[in-house]
Amino acid sequence: MADRPITIREALSSALREEMHRDERVFIMGEEVGVWGGTYAVTRGFLDEFGAKRVRDTPISEMVIAGAAVGAAMAGLRPIAELMTINFAFVAMDAIVNHMAKVRYMFNGQFTVPMVLRTTSGGGKQLGATHSHAPEPIFAHFPGMYVAVPGTAYDAKGMLKAAIRDDNPVMFIEHSTMLQRRAPVPEGDDFVLPIGKSDIKRAGDDVTIVTYQKGLEWSLEAAEELAKDGIEAEVIDLRWLRPLDLEPVFESFKKTNRCVVVEESLPMFNVGSEVAAQLQNEMFDYMDAPVKRVAAMDVPLPYADNIEKMALPSPEKIIAAVKEVI
Amino acid sequence: MTTDVQAAYQIDDTGIDLDNKTLLEMYWQMVRARRTDERTWVLHRQGKIAFHISGIGHEAIQVGAAYALRRGYDYSHLYYRDLAFAFALGYTPRDFLLAVFGKAGEPTSGSRQMPSHFSSRALGMLSASSPVATQVPQAAGAALACKMRGEDRVVVTALGEGSTSEGDFFEGMNWAGVHKLPMICLVENNIYAISVPMHLQMAVPNVADRAPMFGVTGAVVDGNDVLASFRVMSEAVARARNGEGATLLEAKTYRPVPHSSDDDDRTYRSRDEVEEWKQRDPIKRFQDYLLERGILNDTAIEEIEARVRQEVDEAQATALDAPYPPAEDALFPVFAPDGTDR
Repeated sequence: MADRPITIREALSSALREEMHRDERVFIMGEEVGVWGGTYAVTRGFLDEFGAKRVRDTPISEMVIAGAAVGAAMAGLRPIAELMTINFAFVAMDAIVNHMAKVRYMFNGQFTVPMVLRTTSGGGKQLGATHSHAPEPIFAHFPGMYVAVPGTAYDAKGMLKAAIRDDNPVMFIEHSTMLQRRAPVPEGDDFVLPIGKSDIKRAGDDVTIVTYQKGLEWSLEAAEELAKDGIEAEVIDLRWLRPLDLEPVFESFKKTNRCVVVEESLPMFNVGSEVAAQLQNEMFDYMDAPVKRVAAMDVPLPYADNIEKMALPSPEKIIAAVKEVI
Repeated sequence: MTTDVQAAYQIDDTGIDLDNKTLLEMYWQMVRARRTDERTWVLHRQGKIAFHISGIGHEAIQVGAAYALRRGYDYSHLYYRDLAFAFALGYTPRDFLLAVFGKAGEPTSGSRQMPSHFSSRALGMLSASSPVATQVPQAAGAALACKMRGEDRVVVTALGEGSTSEGDFFEGMNWAGVHKLPMICLVENNIYAISVPMHLQMAVPNVADRAPMFGVTGAVVDGNDVLASFRVMSEAVARARNGEGATLLEAKTYRPVPHSSDDDDRTYRSRDEVEEWKQRDPIKRFQDYLLERGILNDTAIEEIEARVRQEVDEAQATALDAPYPPAEDALFPVFAPDGTDR
């Protein structure tokens, strides 16, 4: 079927709707998902369409949102639990890390935990340090759960459908400032993307930019500016932090010999640390420059507009990093 | 502590309609758990195993509660002190000793998880946890699944009173109340959160006093009385099965042994207190009840002890002989293979 330009919000919404029609074990629970239609309006209309049994408003109770989803999943349902922001996931960290991710291993595969924990990430809206961080790498640290970080409507839809259908638990992270971004998405129920595949979003021979989600947007913008100076960046969208697919990064690096990693998370122990370490191990002979990392500044994200912007990555910072390695 | 030992010694069999065979089976389950537990302490003190966390003293509430369930059908989320509970649900001394020695073939986890973290899909035992009270939200989720599917299955989750100070307990119980879930939260109150006594844990005399704030039924039972435990648990199970919602069931009991093999309880309680509780030992108490009624006699007691001893000996021998897990077991099953849509 033909592709149709839709927003990330519409992509998420249609993925959820299609999968709920497809499998009656799938249900949604979280704060504001029902009457309100979702903090970001992703589940608007769902309460009428699917009823209160399958679209469950919960109390402000992150431990139970995540913990009960684990229990319901072990008992045979396929919950999609929603946390308003990934910054609130810290309240539910035990359920996520110690149970969602580990139950399968700890009990020798007796139980699978087929759940999706949807949440939003990211700063840039003056919501301060306890709303606005992008701490995705923390969650990718733990074996046993996947971490999805889509950056386009196309990816959001195909990845969310894959996450819901998979028997493994998935932390599905959406960017709170990108929901209105529009891109062509195939119509039809059977559009599902593979899990753990990164994607080349822009071809180029001079430098490899590895990124995801908001970093993708900044990187593509930077790449257009760099092109004016005759520097062609290859922009690789990881899409999943776990499973982490670096094969296209290695292939790209063989021709560019230079890499910049761009992410919105904090600079210590982040995706860039991992990518740099793996490049150093696998691609040492191809290295012509140190791997550069562009991330948020190493501070709790401030509130005031000017200093919040200053603390976040930007196309300008990416351009500067690229020019350091060229 | 003021305790009238004699008054607390009676077994309250009001309304109990169990045949002698079942009563003897319950007695056997309690003895079986006790002897297995004692053997494990010995193995630890001999330096043969790394760690033990004990359920001694909790046998009455655990066996009473387990027998009130439809075993193999209802779900349970146990905690690490629930050896007798697990046995009554179908777990065995052999299973436990394989776990204690960390050997291959251990059925709960393939020895990937610590002992006493009971889990068995076949027996309806969902996961058990080391961070306490995390099973309460999970049990609420499992109960929600039962309710959404229109099943009459109930979910019991067990925890110590120490766990009821956790946020997980409050969030899970709140949810169980809001959704009128078919769930029993069984608090085995042994008065100590490791070393911290009740009065430093909560400002109410009973854990069950908190039930009204969740909109669930609260009940308190003498957890050292196996038949009273069975009765009160049966009532809670009936409410859950009939759609009348969750129960916060508090069983008053005592742990006459240290919290774990890493703990010395002499630092936080007197020997007199421990000795006084030993007088109220749940097994001795049930034994006297059965003796008085001629359901049990000295010969039968010896037979049961001998049968249990043989089972524990064989379990120990099997576990000692069993190989350790193969090295490759460390690497899986982290993820579900080809995990799509099954």
